[in-house]
Amino acid sequence: MKAGIVVFPGINRERDMAIALERSAGVAPRMVWHAETDLAGLDLVVLPGGFSYGDYLRCGAMAAQSPVMGAVRAHAARGGFVLGVCNGFQILVEAGLLPGALLRNTSLRFLSMDTYLRVERTDTVFAGRYQRGSVFRSPLAHGDGNYFADAATLDRLEGDGLVAFRYATPSGEVTPGANRNGSARNIAGIYSENLRVLGLMPHPEDLVDPLMGGTDGKPLFDALAASGAAA
Amino acid sequence: MKATVTVMLKPGVLDPQGKAIGHALSSLGFAGVGEVRAGKVIELELSETDPARARVQAEEMARKLLANTVIESFRVSVD
Repeated sequence: MKAGIVVFPGINRERDMAIALERSAGVAPRMVWHAETDLAGLDLVVLPGGFSYGDYLRCGAMAAQSPVMGAVRAHAARGGFVLGVCNGFQILVEAGLLPGALLRNTSLRFLSMDTYLRVERTDTVFAGRYQRGSVFRSPLAHGDGNYFADAATLDRLEGDGLVAFRYATPSGEVTPGANRNGSARNIAGIYSENLRVLGLMPHPEDLVDPLMGGTDGKPLFDALAASGAAA
Repeated sequence: MKATVTVMLKPGVLDPQGKAIGHALSSLGFAGVGEVRAGKVIELELSETDPARARVQAEEMARKLLANTVIESFRVSVD
C-alpha cells in the first residue's frame, strides 16, 4: 500500500504533505510530476496546496486539465483514495471529482489563520482517529476557499452525510463568525459518494508535530496509515 | 476569426469583487450605481473562417475550460 503526491508547477506544500504522510506511515510517499500518467501501485493520491499554474483563469482550472488528472480520475473510479488540500481541493472540484466550486473569500482577503473544524463523521478512512463532533485546529491559507454549490447539491451533500468538516468555534459551535471565508453552510471539506475522495481547504499537514505548534492534524494521517492507504 | 468569450458569475452567486468595486465607486462620489458584477473577457484568434463553426468551437472551449459552469455563465461573439 502506497501514497503518492502530485506535484504541479506552482504547488508549494508538497514537502509538508510528504513529511506528514511519512511521519504517520513510516514510508516516504512517491512524488508524482504532473506530466506523469502512471499511478499504478498507489492506494492514496494526494493533491497538495499551493498555487498551481499561478491560479490563472480560476484556482485549480489549469491543473485539472493536466496529463496526470486522467490517471487521478481513473484511480478514483477504481475506488482509490484521493486527498485534496487547499489548492488540491480546488483542483478536485474543477476536475469534477467533487461537486461545487470555491469562490473568492467573502472578505476578499487572503486568510492566513487558525480555524477549528468540527468532525461530521468518523466512519471514513480519513477521519477514523477523530471523535464524531470533536473539534480540531487546522490553519487556513487561501484567497479562494468560499465553498459554493447550489441548494440542491448542498441538501444532497448533507442528506447523504458527505460533509466531512465544518468551520466551528473551538467549542464546536457552527457559527457565522467561525466561517471566515464565507463557505456555504460552514462547509470546510466534503467527501465523494463512496467516501474515498476528500477535499478540504484547511491544512491538517501543518500541525503534525509539537514543533509546528500542535498535532491536531496528525490523526488524519495516522488514520490513513493505519488503514494501509498511506503505508 | 476572432471569438470573444465573456464569462460572468451566474446570478445568485455572490460576487465580492463586484461589491468591492461598487463600494469604491460610491466612495469616489459616483452616485446611482446599483449592483456591480465583475467578470472576464477572453479573446481567441481562431484559424476557422466559418463564423458558425468558430462559434461552436469557442463554445466548446468555454464549457471545457474557460468557464466553470457550476458558478459561471458565458457568451460568445464572433467577428
